[in-house]
Amino acid sequence: MKKPDLEKQDAGKVVLQELTDSPSKKNHEKKSFWMSIRIPILAIVTGLVFGAFLIGVTSTRMYAAFGTSFGAGIAEFFKEIATAYTALFQGSIGNPSAMISALQSGNQVAIREAFNPFLESLVQSTPYIFAGLAVALGFRAGLFNIGVEGQLFIGAAAATYVGYSITGLPQYIHMPLAFLAGALGGALWGFVPGILKATTGGHEVINTIMMNWIAFRFTEWLLSGPMNRPGAGGMPISPLIQPSAEIPKFFQSPIRFNLGFFIALFVACLVWWLLFKTTWGLNLRLVGTNPRAAKYAGLNIISITVIGMVLSGALAGMAGANQILALNHSMALGLSSGYGYDSIALALLGNNHPLGVVLASILFGTLRNGATKMMVVSQIPIDIISIVQAFIVMFVAAPAIIRAIYRLRKPEKEEATAVFLSGWGGGK
Amino acid sequence: MTTTTAPTTMAVHKTITQTSPVKRIIYGIIELAFAALILFIFAQTVPAGNITTFVMTPGGITIGKAPDWILPTQLTLYILVGISVVLAAIQMIRGFGKVTMIVLGVVAILFIFSFLTWQASGKSLNLAGMLSSAVLLSVPITLGAYSGILCERSGVINIAIEGMMLMGAMVGALVGSVTHSLIIGLAAAILSSVLLAAVHAVLSIKYKINQVISGTVINIFSTGMTSFISQKFLQTNQALNSPPIFPRIPIPGLAEIPVIGPILFNTNLFVYLMVAILIILQVALFSTRWGLRVRSVGEHPKAADTLGINVIKTRYMSVLLGGVVAGIGGAFFTLGNVGRFDEEMTAGKGFIGLAAMLFGNYSPLGATGAGLLFGFADSLGSKLSLLGSAIPPQFMAMAPYLLTMIVLAGFIGRGHVPAADGEPYEKE
Amino acid sequence: MTPILQLKGITKRFPGVLANDHIDLTLNQGEILALLGENGAGKTTLMNILYGLYQPDEGEILVKGQPIKVSSPTDAINAGIGMVHQHFMLIPVFTVTENVMLGDESLKVAGFLDRPTAAKKIKEISEQYSLEVNPDEYVRDLPVGVQQRVEIIKLLYREAEILIFDEPTAVLTPHEANELFDIMRGLVKKGKSIIFITHKLREVLEVADRIMVIRRGAVVGETTPAEADMKKLASMMVGREVQLVVSKVHKEPGPVVAAVQDLVVADATNQIMIDQISFDVRAGEIVGVAGVQGNGQTELVEALTGLVKITSGKVTLLGEDITHATPRHITKLGSAHVPEDRQRDGLVLPFPVAENLVLCTYHNSPFAKGVILQYDKIVSTAEELIKDFDIRTPNAYTQVGSLSGGNQQKVIIARELSRPIKFLVASQPTRGLDVGSIEYIHKRIVQKRDEGCAILLVSPELDEILELSDRIAVMFRGKIIAIVPSEDATKEYIGLLMAGITPETIEKPTGKTVVETTF
Repeated sequence: MKKPDLEKQDAGKVVLQELTDSPSKKNHEKKSFWMSIRIPILAIVTGLVFGAFLIGVTSTRMYAAFGTSFGAGIAEFFKEIATAYTALFQGSIGNPSAMISALQSGNQVAIREAFNPFLESLVQSTPYIFAGLAVALGFRAGLFNIGVEGQLFIGAAAATYVGYSITGLPQYIHMPLAFLAGALGGALWGFVPGILKATTGGHEVINTIMMNWIAFRFTEWLLSGPMNRPGAGGMPISPLIQPSAEIPKFFQSPIRFNLGFFIALFVACLVWWLLFKTTWGLNLRLVGTNPRAAKYAGLNIISITVIGMVLSGALAGMAGANQILALNHSMALGLSSGYGYDSIALALLGNNHPLGVVLASILFGTLRNGATKMMVVSQIPIDIISIVQAFIVMFVAAPAIIRAIYRLRKPEKEEATAVFLSGWGGGK
Repeated sequence: MTTTTAPTTMAVHKTITQTSPVKRIIYGIIELAFAALILFIFAQTVPAGNITTFVMTPGGITIGKAPDWILPTQLTLYILVGISVVLAAIQMIRGFGKVTMIVLGVVAILFIFSFLTWQASGKSLNLAGMLSSAVLLSVPITLGAYSGILCERSGVINIAIEGMMLMGAMVGALVGSVTHSLIIGLAAAILSSVLLAAVHAVLSIKYKINQVISGTVINIFSTGMTSFISQKFLQTNQALNSPPIFPRIPIPGLAEIPVIGPILFNTNLFVYLMVAILIILQVALFSTRWGLRVRSVGEHPKAADTLGINVIKTRYMSVLLGGVVAGIGGAFFTLGNVGRFDEEMTAGKGFIGLAAMLFGNYSPLGATGAGLLFGFADSLGSKLSLLGSAIPPQFMAMAPYLLTMIVLAGFIGRGHVPAADGEPYEKE
Repeated sequence: MTPILQLKGITKRFPGVLANDHIDLTLNQGEILALLGENGAGKTTLMNILYGLYQPDEGEILVKGQPIKVSSPTDAINAGIGMVHQHFMLIPVFTVTENVMLGDESLKVAGFLDRPTAAKKIKEISEQYSLEVNPDEYVRDLPVGVQQRVEIIKLLYREAEILIFDEPTAVLTPHEANELFDIMRGLVKKGKSIIFITHKLREVLEVADRIMVIRRGAVVGETTPAEADMKKLASMMVGREVQLVVSKVHKEPGPVVAAVQDLVVADATNQIMIDQISFDVRAGEIVGVAGVQGNGQTELVEALTGLVKITSGKVTLLGEDITHATPRHITKLGSAHVPEDRQRDGLVLPFPVAENLVLCTYHNSPFAKGVILQYDKIVSTAEELIKDFDIRTPNAYTQVGSLSGGNQQKVIIARELSRPIKFLVASQPTRGLDVGSIEYIHKRIVQKRDEGCAILLVSPELDEILELSDRIAVMFRGKIIAIVPSEDATKEYIGLLMAGITPETIEKPTGKTVVETTF
């Protein structure tokens, strides 16, 4: 080697390669990093623009204004969007003027309250991080886990059960125990489609969706039967968990910011380490990228496929456990608001990399948090977020559309999402 | 050189012939197990004098009435046990050869009939009504399967059927309510589904993104959009969500046949549409130029291309036609059955349709059989919970989902999957 | 007389490559023009332009003196041009009739297919040109030679005048190849004109009327079989003197390293792919497995490397029974495997070169401590291998999929041969490579043999087998029908064995092997 010192690169380099998915040229590294994140960023912006348009055209007030004059209609169109997105911002980050005056007053409580929207966004991001990691890990292993929703429900049910039925444990044992029970429940729900795929070739896309519906019915039965709260009067709701099983909050109510967010960050690091630093992770990624080569390299495809699905399910189960132990403290049917589908968007947006998933989750948590306020202020259904997300995924998956909209030059090599899925014939 | 005739150099391998007695015995044991279940769980738990009444005319039907079947419960069960045991014995001793699976199916049907007899012991069950609703419930599943066949025979995986049907259902309800016209409602439902199909086609054929992801994008979008519109308009203004329903149309003559008439020939337009599409599709796929070309594009697009067939155009056409069929399936929910749109009312039927397609081996005829089976599972669940069965209704509601998974595990990978299914065509 | 086809100044550029550089070509009616060039010389690109699959950047195409524009295969078909592709363009689950009529279907009314009429026309063609085939059979049930006949019938059905054959003999036995040549001669006698693309010198000399040689996208010369010989053609094709035979000294083989006894392998549908075969491979010898593709070679390789379930029989490696051992255990014992399809089996294309270089060993020390990967060690080892094996890559982090075919194969060779191995299974190690890479890989394999490694070499290229092997095993329909020492092997003799003609029915030849080059 001519320049051994320059050639010696650190281990993380290989990882960066896979995050950015571009051939390395040292001098172009910065540029290539920007190249790799510009599509997601433009996708988000474009998605929000489409959302704005939808808010505008579905506004009844706008059509009423068009009745008076054309100009009034146009003005109302933009006013609706501005009102909605202002509410979105204030609901998710906070009201800047309130924040400043709170800081000036120096009142601890006032500061916390002014910054609560932002903290609440992190709270809302937490289940997204777990769920997004679940899908991303599945994708890395060549598995399309659409069953996050069901795994989340079962995880939540398991965590709830351990949370209320065991008494007399100290918090530092009970809380982790309940959390792990949640992971285990999700893992079990992932195991079934995993083993079916590995041994019979039954496609996980259909099986995980079927497992979702089975999970809904099953938890419905649990909550109205064996896990029903005494005196609930037939309502399908579980008893409250013991205080010792709760994930601790950092501030007093109504601020819900809690340890769960940091557990999620820790798990994200763990997943990153597992995927990119260990032989286990390389096994998963090998099977996920080229199962034939993995077999050639001597791997047991069946067991690795099952492990991939189990780990993915466990992460989804953690999302459910987090919701129960940190926020709801008891389980009812309206537990999830579509985390299962949203998590697919998160994984793709984050290019199946844990860091990317965390960033995307914080974004989605922020949006969802703000959307709640937007619903109150502008009566816009919260499902607007799903629509925006669908656009984002579409743009991330088909960067050519974004390039066409913004007249970007085509890169020499197409930036590929790290997803390798097979059709119905695959899996065997 | 010798004058030997050219020996063929490949293929013509010997086959290990499978007269495996083990398999024969196993099937026999399965059949015996069914008989044992009937005997010990059903027959032994029924009070000796109980009577089961099967009503053989669906509710609300006036032509083609049939007398009720009044059966002594225990005796009937013993007879069914006897038949099953005889079949099992023949299976174990000499086997049924080619009809082995059919005999197994017959025993399974006897088992289900025994189950119904047992459940309805001392009560009356409308068997004809159950079968009639099975046919109705199979409509969206079967139409979903047809949509899948159209797309996947041409090489495009379509998991967006669920989303297309959901959108069709919502738009059908909305437009049907506004116009008070069934036909316009149906047309609008088809149009909305075709638009989504067009998006799927552009994403997967033009932009060549992973077809499973493209389908997921549409599902996310469709779930979000239908819920958004539903919350913003349909729920706030009930007049927008009360479309008319297609009435029963008795077919003169045929509708008067007892039992069969009311189930098959005095029913909804959608059932007749389903049969019409079945015949057209079956003939068109296998006996026309169009079908030959569609299948060639799904098997070996490059070969088709070298013979001057426009691969891209053929695929677009197939996906759009798939959208038409899915749109009809979607309209069934609101205009054919319920008369109202509820959020996520398709409840996974699109995915079950895909399973029916796989089970039916990509043939319209097979898919119809599979669709009817799933429809039956669905109707079984709802009817039995009405009967006040000891089995919790939530478990009954799991039946179609469980059946889907069992079918996927048992039958996928046995038939021929279009060789180029899911692969974008690169024209180099 | 106007030539039936003329290409003038055809130029095609791909990113970074000039695939065709102002190529001129003339084809006269009723002649066979051979287009000779090694892999990657630009022959197939040129023909794809002629057939409308690619668009040329410059140049024009004239049929019977009239310039035509070929922007799709339809245009080519209409101009009377037809092509038998290297990889057959047949749909296995369709019948012969359906395959032939596709795109030009016989119809009854309203788009309904008229299969009987088409079948009748196929029967007529097959009788007229002695191309025997049953129109009602499914293509998947036909032997390769017959499938090729179906391809030819497809062209005649469309009344093509100019027939292009792209490497048609790659999948045939020498015997079937001779039959094909007879068919080709019959076709030109009936007035058709043929362009025959190949890289096999013997075939060119045997069947062509005229020979055009292409190198690096440009025409480098034109000759006739009468004027040329193999050596001259070889140097025209490669552009330098080629060492036709790898130098290999005779060596007494050592003890048995791998032994196979009564091996039977059945596939998923219970078809017997390997039928009771026994042989052994000794240290320091190369055993070549000859045979037409699809006669059980793939399954044999998979059985030896643990990739397929063995139905019955026994495989031992270095004295240990590995019949039911896992691939990883077999690797650990000191076995290496160069797989048949490098992109599908041997490499993970989106992964960096470094990870591909440790694909079979990353879980071992020093590349992993426990479960933790040691990327420093992986990368430094990769960099050494890149240097030792002269892999042309920007660096160790480059995705292996962005390398050329030859360099991808070098990655596999480096990974497998750099380990201290006792047994090497190499399946088609030079498939689709250029001469330089072939020479290099042959040299490496012989070097490994000289170091005392036992080697099983599987290749459908008979010349490669003859060139490298010490003993040659011939496979036919899942059986080894003969094992011949290389001193006794001639091309004709092995060719007959490959066609399933057993040693008892033919006389053993005597004399020294004459090895020809293959490219």
